[in-house]
Amino acid sequence: MPKSVLLIEDEPNIIEAIGFILSRAGYQVISHGDGTTALDAVTRETPDMLILDLMLPGRGGLDILRDLRSASATKDLPVMMLTARGQKHDRDQAEHLGVTAFMTKPFANQEVLQQVQTLIGDA
Amino acid sequence: MQLDLLVLISLLYVGMLFLVAFAAERRARAGKTAWLRSPLIYTLSLSVYCTGWTFYGAVGFAARSGLEYVTIYLGPTLVFIGWWWLLRKLVRIGRTQRATSIADLLSSRYGKSNGLGILVTILAVIGTTPYIALQLQSISLAVAVFNDGGTGGASGNTTAFWTAIGLAVFTVVFGTRNLDVNERHHGVVMAIAVEAVVKLFALLAVGVFVVWGMAGGIGPMLQQIDASPISAWKVEGGRWIVLTALSGMAIICLPRMFQVLVVENSDERHLATASWAFPLYLMLISLFVIPIAVVGLSSMPSGANPDQFVLTLPLSEGQNTLAVLAFLGGFSAATSMVIVASIALSTMLSNHVVMPIWLSLQAGGASVSGDVRRVVLYSRRLAIAAVLALGYGYYVLSGGSAALAKIGLISFAGVAQVFPALIGGLFWRGATRRGAAAGLVGGFLVWAYALFLPSFGPDAVFSASMLAEGPFGLSFMRPEALFGLTGLDPLVHAMLWSMVVNTGLFMAVSLATFPSPMERLQGAEFVNVFEHSSAPRIWSGGAAEAEDLLVMAQRILGPEEATELFTKTARHQGKIGYLPDPTPEFLSELEINLSGSVGAGTAHAMIAQVHGGVSVSVADLMAVADETAQIMEYSTQLEAKSDELQATAQELWRANEKLTQLSIQKDAFLSQISHELRTPMTSIRAFSEILLAGELEPEARSKYARIIQDESIRLTRLLDDLLDLSVLEHGQVVLDPQEERLGDVLDRAQAAASAAGSGMQLSINRDSKNENLVVRTDTGRLAQVFINLISNAAKYCDHANPELSIKTRSLREKIQIDFVDNGSGIPEDSHSVIFEKFARLDDDKAANSTGGAGLGLAISREIMERLGGSISYLPDRQGGAFRVTMPLESVFETA
Repeated sequence: MPKSVLLIEDEPNIIEAIGFILSRAGYQVISHGDGTTALDAVTRETPDMLILDLMLPGRGGLDILRDLRSASATKDLPVMMLTARGQKHDRDQAEHLGVTAFMTKPFANQEVLQQVQTLIGDA
Repeated sequence: MQLDLLVLISLLYVGMLFLVAFAAERRARAGKTAWLRSPLIYTLSLSVYCTGWTFYGAVGFAARSGLEYVTIYLGPTLVFIGWWWLLRKLVRIGRTQRATSIADLLSSRYGKSNGLGILVTILAVIGTTPYIALQLQSISLAVAVFNDGGTGGASGNTTAFWTAIGLAVFTVVFGTRNLDVNERHHGVVMAIAVEAVVKLFALLAVGVFVVWGMAGGIGPMLQQIDASPISAWKVEGGRWIVLTALSGMAIICLPRMFQVLVVENSDERHLATASWAFPLYLMLISLFVIPIAVVGLSSMPSGANPDQFVLTLPLSEGQNTLAVLAFLGGFSAATSMVIVASIALSTMLSNHVVMPIWLSLQAGGASVSGDVRRVVLYSRRLAIAAVLALGYGYYVLSGGSAALAKIGLISFAGVAQVFPALIGGLFWRGATRRGAAAGLVGGFLVWAYALFLPSFGPDAVFSASMLAEGPFGLSFMRPEALFGLTGLDPLVHAMLWSMVVNTGLFMAVSLATFPSPMERLQGAEFVNVFEHSSAPRIWSGGAAEAEDLLVMAQRILGPEEATELFTKTARHQGKIGYLPDPTPEFLSELEINLSGSVGAGTAHAMIAQVHGGVSVSVADLMAVADETAQIMEYSTQLEAKSDELQATAQELWRANEKLTQLSIQKDAFLSQISHELRTPMTSIRAFSEILLAGELEPEARSKYARIIQDESIRLTRLLDDLLDLSVLEHGQVVLDPQEERLGDVLDRAQAAASAAGSGMQLSINRDSKNENLVVRTDTGRLAQVFINLISNAAKYCDHANPELSIKTRSLREKIQIDFVDNGSGIPEDSHSVIFEKFARLDDDKAANSTGGAGLGLAISREIMERLGGSISYLPDRQGGAFRVTMPLESVFETA
């Protein structure tokens, strides 16, 4: 069974791009575009890892991360955060909250793939 | 008896008085005031009440009117014994209020009104001048007795002239030697005490001689008195009461009495001694009046002036030495009155008339305190000279007439007009300044009309017919029978009416007027003086003085400098330690040192406070006020400077706050821009890499290429918007005004919006008949706003069949264009931010479309502001609704 990646991201073109890269490498990619319901999606989908955008409609990525880390089921779930804001302050806060990996947009496709492989192994 | 010898003896006597006064001043300056300020000296100084007129005139009075003369002593005796609590209140108030004269006291009581001070001063001058003339007359008559036994005449004028000159010199020398901070005159008081002893001794000596030397002892004397017509005199009750009351009032109200009783008082407790000792003095001085009068009447030739019996009886018996002693007694009585009265009047004149005028002439510049002191001194000296000149002038003009003899009681009656205002002021808090002034003026006018002016005799001031029939035949206005009140003695009549008018006006006006806050305050201070002030203080220099002076000097000069000055002076004086004797030299040196720091007036007042232990004079207070004003001026400047600095700091703080705010906004803005730029760039890079990696279906390849294209366009538009907004925000935009029909502008905008958003579902309703308006504005920019609003509706309207209605209304100078769509509108909590940069609402639909980066409405707002209009969101419509308001003819700057 292929490993699954839940992509929480609101920009359709980026969903398309990451979806393309990861599914070609054999991962199952599920996307979800809304911050408020992101936690439900995690519970429902039980992915192997999460790619989480920082700026989301409804609820910010950092808040979602905090909740994930405080729930026992998801406290060890690998989470890679993506941000287009590019401020050091965001990265520090994410690391403080226990993010697994952090990446700034725009990214190299290969890098995203490698990170996913590092975090959950080959599909 | 040689006149020359008499003059010589008089001069020697005067020289002796000078010495006494001088020695007293010296002792006072050396700080040895204990003996000078004893209850005995105080009591003796009160004897200025007994003037030359009392000395000579009492006998004359007795010879003419029997026992009536006793009233002159009875009034004061009753006041001192029965009313000594009133005197104590007066003294306490005088000391706590630092009253320098009775005028000062009244002005102080009635709200520190100088007007009242001037009024009382004028009344005092009018009331006292004839009395001074009377003293000069008594001296010249006495000299004339020795000269030829006749009356004054031309030689009388000479005597009076030189007496006036001598008295002026004495008073100037000892009355204005220095501006004593307490308005106290040690030398003068001492000289007066000596004179008091001399006059009492002289009268007693004459009395003893008359009783035992002439009448042959007490028994024969009493028989002679019984046989004399004096005992047959009927005492008229009304006159008796009025005279007693009058002299009682006089002892409180006479300026000279106030001077010795209150101003020169150094210890309130002396009054206790005076309350029995002064009546005793009065009793002694009146003891032999009747015997002298009786013996005089029987042994002197008929027609002899009874006023001169004191002199003529010893002379007729060949007792020249006794006669000279009697002369010196009368001389003492007369001169002491003139000296004290002129000091009192000069203080009033200078403090209430000269100084206010001088100060008002000095308006503007803060005067140097030294100037003030000098001006006060000179004005006092001039006032003394003027008062004596007035007295002499009055004496010469009245020609030493018989009218002058009556002037004593008339003068008392004039001065007594102060009584209601004074007593009212001490006991009635409701007494007001206007009431006091009305009473004083009213009473004084009645006194002048009914008593003073008629006293010059018929046809002198008032014509005989006027005296008899009243002015213009108005009989009720007859001066000596006002309102038809006839059959009374003129004095009783005048006192009755003047007191009725005075007290009536005083009370009525006081009740009808409201006191000023200052009057209320002073009224309470006066009436309740014993509650406000502490127990009587002892005003005498103590041994601890040098210590006190050092403590004070250390505060001002600094501990080291002060100690050095004191030690140095002590060494100079040959003393061990650091405390020198407070000699005058040392005090003046200290004063100079202190004045360098606090100003001369303040320094003087401070030293006086420690050295003399008492109050500070008006002049000193003015000097202190000057200096304080300068210091205040300086501190006001400092304060202003400090305020300015504080304001600057506040401004800096605000500027900093604003910068911080701007910095935060800038960070947020940069972070937003970063996001807005990186998002399309992420897509572009990701799909570029996918395309480069190859192995794609042709449809996928073209789809990804289109995404790259769209995102590039989005990036470009974002950059365009940013630049546009920057230009608009910084006012660098050049507007291009044109006249165009509003409908045409909307047409263009609609076309452009449709072209940009291809496949736009939005249908637009317009009312073209209202759009037929010509606007004169930058129509290109206006179209930009319209395009933005139409595109927003196209992007965000969430209705299945989206519709936008554009309605135009024209209101006088303005037009309103409403853009309302049929969607669900903007959530209420976002209304406040939609015109901010990057306020693009998080919305799936918005995110799905390309284009707007959240700058459109911010740009539109900037444009409308440039065009002199506005754009706002209409929250109460069904869908998303915006209103553009603009003037028909936009006002804008031409670049």
